Amino acid sequence: MTLGSRAGLTLPEMRRYGRHLVLSELGLAGQERMKAGRVLLVGAGGLGSPAALYLAAAGVGTIGVADFDVVDESNLQRQVAHGTAAVGSAKLDSLRARLTDLNPHVQMVAHPVRLDRSNALAILRDYDVVLDGADNFATRFLVNDACVRLGKPDVHGSILRFEGQASVFDARTGPCYRCLFRDPPPAGAVPSCAEAGVLGVLPGVIGSIMATEAIKWLTGIGEPMVGRLLLYDALAMRFRELRVRKDADCPACGPAGAHAELPDYDVLCGVGESAPADDGELSAEALSARLARGEQVVLVDVRETFEWEIGHLQGAIHLPLGQIPARVGELDPTAPIVLYCHHGVRSRRALDWLRARGFTSLQHLTGGTEAWSTRVDPTLPRY
Amino acid sequence: MPATQEITLFVPGLLRPYCGGRSEIVLTVTDLRDLLAQVEAQHPALYVNLCDETGRVRQHLNLFVNSDNVRDREGLETAVATGDVITILPAVSGG
Repeated sequence: MTLGSRAGLTLPEMRRYGRHLVLSELGLAGQERMKAGRVLLVGAGGLGSPAALYLAAAGVGTIGVADFDVVDESNLQRQVAHGTAAVGSAKLDSLRARLTDLNPHVQMVAHPVRLDRSNALAILRDYDVVLDGADNFATRFLVNDACVRLGKPDVHGSILRFEGQASVFDARTGPCYRCLFRDPPPAGAVPSCAEAGVLGVLPGVIGSIMATEAIKWLTGIGEPMVGRLLLYDALAMRFRELRVRKDADCPACGPAGAHAELPDYDVLCGVGESAPADDGELSAEALSARLARGEQVVLVDVRETFEWEIGHLQGAIHLPLGQIPARVGELDPTAPIVLYCHHGVRSRRALDWLRARGFTSLQHLTGGTEAWSTRVDPTLPRY
Repeated sequence: MPATQEITLFVPGLLRPYCGGRSEIVLTVTDLRDLLAQVEAQHPALYVNLCDETGRVRQHLNLFVNSDNVRDREGLETAVATGDVITILPAVSGG
């Protein structure tokens, strides 16, 4: 690792960072390196919020943020940089106001774009460290590949439900993300936080770890988390560490990746692929019309019990996804079945599983209960 | 006949609905291939989420024996010893 340059501190900065200056490992030299440091946050959401707050408070001189989203009320349970008054405004505007108030000595650079292969290299090039707090696989694979190409450290954090992962991927000295996860999962195979939920405080833990690694990297102190993946289980309150080794055949940092063009990551991840007309998709409006006509349809709710209890479609039977293999005998393979869940991911998996076992008349509700509630029946609770 | 070993399988939260909500499953196995066979027999819903139709571990999952990825060892032929912890590591995109 090559340490960055130093930037002199003003007297007010010395007062502000006094608790850092007395840390012998960090001291004035470390603080000046932080001031000269440039960190890019990919995403101003759950992970980006605490990371940005701690990096700004610590005195990282330039904090770039790439995000194109607006603050939604459902973000506030975990995205602590944003407040109620910011709902509906751009996350970048909300974050800039918060960081400016927190520490006027640091500069936030806004990148109001969705990172893709056309802009990623140009944006990442100007930074010393990249923090990946994206909420989708396409961006995560892109950020990794761009970091590999540019020789930048990719500080990784990811969260779901009660568990988080963190590591530092630096292909120059260790593995990259694709040495661990070579290819993205098929679209829909792994749920998002919106689908599976996330404990609000979880990104606070993982985002703070990411900020810690960025500060260590900029200042050259401690032992970077290269080649190690930290697993955090909030329910067990347990940290575990796994070893990640470089893959000689890695598609990103192996010989094949060095000169290959960055691919279209949406295509790589199967995002936005149009569904064939006969593949079982059924819109909320179409299902509503069929029910209104009195068509006989077996509605199967594949969500968990607590979700069923929040609310369900009238006349549905409850068969959680995890119980389908054991209870498949309860379903008539020839009856017209419409499966549904919260957003349409689990019902799609149920459909594929049942179809492979000879069920002939299957459809699933595209967009799940969320679509039903927003487009057909608002009395069905959203959650 | 290879000796059997008592190991603990760590199940990530994402897959716990498929094994009765359990975070750990203790199994007596000879190697990882035997472990997958026992998961298939005892927890079929977990198995279909762990392995694809060809019996391979799904591409967004990694198996670790203690702290080592089985890819860095002998894959599904990796030997296990009593007390080993087998971790299912999923790729997660949430941020």
